Amino acid sequence: MRNAFIDELIKAARVREDIVLIIGDLGYSVIEPFADEFPDRFFNAGIAEQNMMGMAAGMASEGMHVFTYSIGNFPTWRCAEQIRNDVDYHNLSVTNVVVGGGVAYGSLGYSHHAIQDYALMRSLPNMLIAAPGDPMETRACMHYLLEHAGPSYLRLGKAGEANYHLSQPEISPGRWLKVRKGSDKHVLLSTGFGLQIAMKLIHTDEYSDRTVYSMPLWSMEAKSIQASQIQPYKEIITIEDHLQDCGFGSWLLESIVNSNDDLMQKIKLMALGQDVCSTFADQQSLVKAFNRFT
Amino acid sequence: MSALSESLAKDIRKTSLQMVSSAGASHIGSALSIADILAVLYSDVMEFDSTDQDYIDRDRLILSKGHACVSLYAALHHVGMISKEEILTYGQDFSNLMSHISHKAKGVEFSTGALGHGLPFGLGKAMAAKVKGEKWQTFVIAGDGEMQEGSNWEALMFAAHHNVKNITLIIDANNLQSLTSVEKTLAIEPLLQKIEAFGWDCSDIDGHDHIKIAEALSQRTSKPHCIIARTTKGKGISYMENQVAWHYKFPNPEELKIALKEIDNA
Repeated sequence: MRNAFIDELIKAARVREDIVLIIGDLGYSVIEPFADEFPDRFFNAGIAEQNMMGMAAGMASEGMHVFTYSIGNFPTWRCAEQIRNDVDYHNLSVTNVVVGGGVAYGSLGYSHHAIQDYALMRSLPNMLIAAPGDPMETRACMHYLLEHAGPSYLRLGKAGEANYHLSQPEISPGRWLKVRKGSDKHVLLSTGFGLQIAMKLIHTDEYSDRTVYSMPLWSMEAKSIQASQIQPYKEIITIEDHLQDCGFGSWLLESIVNSNDDLMQKIKLMALGQDVCSTFADQQSLVKAFNRFT
Repeated sequence: MSALSESLAKDIRKTSLQMVSSAGASHIGSALSIADILAVLYSDVMEFDSTDQDYIDRDRLILSKGHACVSLYAALHHVGMISKEEILTYGQDFSNLMSHISHKAKGVEFSTGALGHGLPFGLGKAMAAKVKGEKWQTFVIAGDGEMQEGSNWEALMFAAHHNVKNITLIIDANNLQSLTSVEKTLAIEPLLQKIEAFGWDCSDIDGHDHIKIAEALSQRTSKPHCIIARTTKGKGISYMENQVAWHYKFPNPEELKIALKEIDNA
């Protein structure tokens, strides 16, 4: 995913002089091609996330589209106020790109787990969450974000994720993207790395008939179009690598909480249980042990 | 210095006092503290077009100590950017002029309120000017107590490392913060030596002396430039000067009358 990201960013920067990349002293073996080709538009902010985000907002206020890059746990809560006040409140084109979403850096421990990041980002009114499920969705997200000004949070895994699309899909905020056709009653609806989990689940007897949708773009505003997409189905299981609290599944439930129809009973949430916070292991082991109905 | 700046400083002080008095708003002491700095900026230093807030070659001013907002709203009113009608909405529900500086007001670049945001943001503007090859200058006004925020020191390091010369940081050093003096709260001195050690050129001046302010603001050095402006909180109003209480209180009609008279007689 991160390779797809930097590839798309470089292609865009070749034709758009407003694109800037600021890293938080991370990105070894990823960002070098950008830094080499665009030395005047590449900055390493050092280990100083508050300044990185404030500075990104300042540059964006002068018409630049600024991409910041770090590991998910750092440029979120560490500089939450800069994201809230400087970027989101002023509605500026800063794309906060993170790798290691969820528990991708599992064995590095709780400090490196980004499992409350959706909670922060989805509470910001102008923020668009871009959580692609595979490298093709990453490219689609990049194209969307480059064409639509405003604050965004691009949450990536690491590297080596399987591709589940043959070509770059058409995406828009809040729209369910069909990845696998199955039952017309039962659905797995993922965001981000949840797609990788979903596409493994369909190889089990219990979920083998499920239709799989991914939602790579979502936001506060996109809640309004969820009820009509839920309506035709009997059961929807949301899948994410984030704590259930304030995550993707709870976002979906909030979107229909005032619905007149009995839609809420159709939704089940598969997310990380809170006990993941007190342990560490590699990503696969953590997801296997803690991603469940909570 | 010019007669214009002296006159503007008086107008800023009087309008600020009237605004907080009618709105029942706080922070007049902080607003009076920076009135002279703003007056010199708008009279003698900054490039701007009062008919076009987006004028591309304008200098950018970021008020990081956003609670001193009335002083900037007043300055923008007296240079013709904010109308009298809008000034009168201060303190009213849904006004564009919130009680921390708001970018919804004409001529204001950035909303603040939480401290430690203005310098990183201003640094981003200065970096953008460098990238685009534009010649305007970014000025950031921060408080001395505000320098307790770590984000400022992150930005100081970055600016020096990248030799960002198109930014000027003005520290309104009135040595008072929320409860008592900066010195008693969390000492930041020796500020000049600290900032110089972070790789900036630093001037230490009387922040109410228009000649010194104008000289310092016009200085372009080989490094990023910081001006420590030694000021008096509540400057110009005898019963407000150096009194923490005027971080919170607003003058009643009788007190307002006395204050306006003191400014006229100064």
